[in-house]
Amino acid sequence: MNFEIYKYSLPKRIFIRIKSFFKNIGIGFINFFINLGKLIKSLFSKINKGIKNFIYNFKNGNMLTKTSYFVMGLSHLFRGQIVRGLIYLILQISFITYIILFGGNYLSMFFENFFIGGHIGRNETSDFWNDELGVFDKVAGDNSFHIVLYGILSLFIIIFFIMVYLSSVKESYKLEQNEIIKKENNGIKKDINNLLDNKFHNTLLIVPMLGLFLFTVVPLVTMILIAFTNYDASHEVPEHLFSWVGFANFKEMFSANSSLGATFWRVLGWTLIWAVFATFTSYFFGMILALLINKKGIKLKKLYRTLFVATIAVPQFVSLLIMSKMLDTGGGTFGSGGGVITQVIERVFNYHLKFGLDINTTRICIILVNMWIGVPYSMLMCSGILMNIPEDLYESARIDGASGIRRFFKITLPYMIFVTGPYLITQFIGNINNFNVIYLLSGGGPGDPLKYTNGAKGTDLLITWLYKLSLGTDRNYKLASVIGILVFIISAVFSLIVYNKSSAVKGEENFQ
Amino acid sequence: MINTLKKRKKRSMKTKRLFGVTTTQIVLTALSIIWIIPLIYLFVQSFRAEPGAWSPTFFPKTWTLDNYKKLFTETKFLRWYGNTLLVSIISCIITTIFVLAVAYAFSRIRFKSRKPMMNIMLILGMFPGFMSMSAVYFLLKILLPNNYQSLASLIIVYSAGAALSYYIAKGFFDTVPKSLDEAARIDGASRFRTFYKIILPLSKSIIIYTILISFIAPWCDFIFVSFIMSGVPDTGMYTVALGMYNWLEREQIQAYFTTFCAAAVIVALPITILFMWLQKYYVEGVTGGAVKG
Repeated sequence: MNFEIYKYSLPKRIFIRIKSFFKNIGIGFINFFINLGKLIKSLFSKINKGIKNFIYNFKNGNMLTKTSYFVMGLSHLFRGQIVRGLIYLILQISFITYIILFGGNYLSMFFENFFIGGHIGRNETSDFWNDELGVFDKVAGDNSFHIVLYGILSLFIIIFFIMVYLSSVKESYKLEQNEIIKKENNGIKKDINNLLDNKFHNTLLIVPMLGLFLFTVVPLVTMILIAFTNYDASHEVPEHLFSWVGFANFKEMFSANSSLGATFWRVLGWTLIWAVFATFTSYFFGMILALLINKKGIKLKKLYRTLFVATIAVPQFVSLLIMSKMLDTGGGTFGSGGGVITQVIERVFNYHLKFGLDINTTRICIILVNMWIGVPYSMLMCSGILMNIPEDLYESARIDGASGIRRFFKITLPYMIFVTGPYLITQFIGNINNFNVIYLLSGGGPGDPLKYTNGAKGTDLLITWLYKLSLGTDRNYKLASVIGILVFIISAVFSLIVYNKSSAVKGEENFQ
Repeated sequence: MINTLKKRKKRSMKTKRLFGVTTTQIVLTALSIIWIIPLIYLFVQSFRAEPGAWSPTFFPKTWTLDNYKKLFTETKFLRWYGNTLLVSIISCIITTIFVLAVAYAFSRIRFKSRKPMMNIMLILGMFPGFMSMSAVYFLLKILLPNNYQSLASLIIVYSAGAALSYYIAKGFFDTVPKSLDEAARIDGASRFRTFYKIILPLSKSIIIYTILISFIAPWCDFIFVSFIMSGVPDTGMYTVALGMYNWLEREQIQAYFTTFCAAAVIVALPITILFMWLQKYYVEGVTGGAVKG
């Protein structure tokens, strides 16, 4: 732990901290690009090597090996690996059928206007006069969303297939070499045994990764691409086609003049303010609570802990919904009933709590309610760590005459922040994405049509706005995707700070 | 002279400390009452006989069990409960297997694509999970054309991406000494046997943590279920979270508020007890993951 910094005065210390914070971000970015460069370089050298091997093997292989460049698995079939060979053959046949019958068409439509902009798909759904029935009928046109989705899926499938193809070709050459030196090739039994031993990671990873690929990677890439289209309620599939529009959505989102831009900056501002307040109030009060409970001589420790933890144990939609109803204004005017908290405040302080009517009141209430849930959580976290602070630190401070408050600020707090730094940042990112607290408490409201458009309201976070834009009356998928990408960028920037600071990442191998 | 001074000082310190402890005790009691009041309110309101959403008093004037009776006879609550239980049990099994498998592979086995995979997963995890839902919805439509708005879809949504949350389990496996693996391997055990016979029995706490988290998730999730089930005519397909949320919509709240409270008690009690019971593992999991980063 770095105590050096404490020889400076407080303002200077803060200045140094802020400087190092920005320095860290800077270093993080530079490292990121350096790593990216390295990655691309190694990728190219790998591809280069792969192509060389590919050609070399083809030149030096015998007839069977050469044929298996065109019919996958042939070499395996004739060299003792029947099951493997059959699997390759089936893969090749199904890949070709897939591309011809399905993928090829979507891929061509996907790329048709990709670089120049324009419609995704060729035929729009149109009406035509059905003579037999005497009514207008619809001819189904292309579905732009399907084209993007299947285009991405087909691209990934092609990449996978090329990888499988290359490894099969490489294997077939090796099989030939083994034949020449009279070494027996592995049968299916040995292959299966290998999957449980040396290649156990393949067995462990294949199903989870397949799930991740199909239900996270493909949808995510699709939705990222949607940010570069004009897919919204007026270009709803399957009735209409939507188009590639490049960075137009981002431009509109960031511009300060458009009503959308103004809304975006307001929502972003509140998201950050909320994340800062929600994180730090919960954290500090949680720590203080942990200190109080763990103080020497306190009785009923276990009971207190149980009572506090009860709020995290109850499912959030129950605790938050009941809270929102306790704060509800009922009719909206003084004396019209409403939730129990509103009524109590009315009777005791003669003040009408405008939860859900006034933006600032609602925001303050949300942060307070969040403390109700967040404080016990950080109390649980902090309790364990507090026990680990070396007792002699306190002892020597006490001998030097430091008061309790001073000890807290000079020993406990620095130690805790040092140890739980990564946790704080994760909490911060978690709060940026804290859908439940906002949506279940206020639903994002109250609105202010002068300041907020496109379905956003006064207490909406980026994430709840994203939700409203993908569902309900204000559907606007392109904006939802843009917001998703921005949330990613914000999270990534803050994660980079942790990533650079965390020793767990750097010294992974030393740690074990 | 000095002795008496010392004694007096000692006594004053003692009273000071006693005073401090008493104040703390009072503060803690007050705080814990504030913390528990909303939950008590929820509990007592579930026995309220008076109709309507807003009651003028904290405790009901007349107590009754009718809300519970209404819950089981007049509403679809029992079906929602069964749905949620089914979804959470199946997705809990799948999630636990996925998470343990991925965490073990990344923690113990060194293979070529390990680092790139971990980096890609780190990046994937930074996107808001909800962002890809529109596309997932279309994918589900293709995979389950006839009933894509079903419990099967929910199970897929909850468990397909489970691999992304392997960090805490990996952090745990990292702390299990590698020499155990090596000894077993020297004795001729395969990787699979080492994992199954040696590592898993040592990982009770992390297994319980993973099960606990993934079992509770469907009970608490609102965002995904509301998306998957949007516009379903048959409300019998809902989970408890979605069904109960609808009871508090403006049109229904007057009729259903006390029913909501009763349902909330029935949903929250088992979850709370489960959580309290396994709290130790929860804390171990979170602090372990948080402190190491």
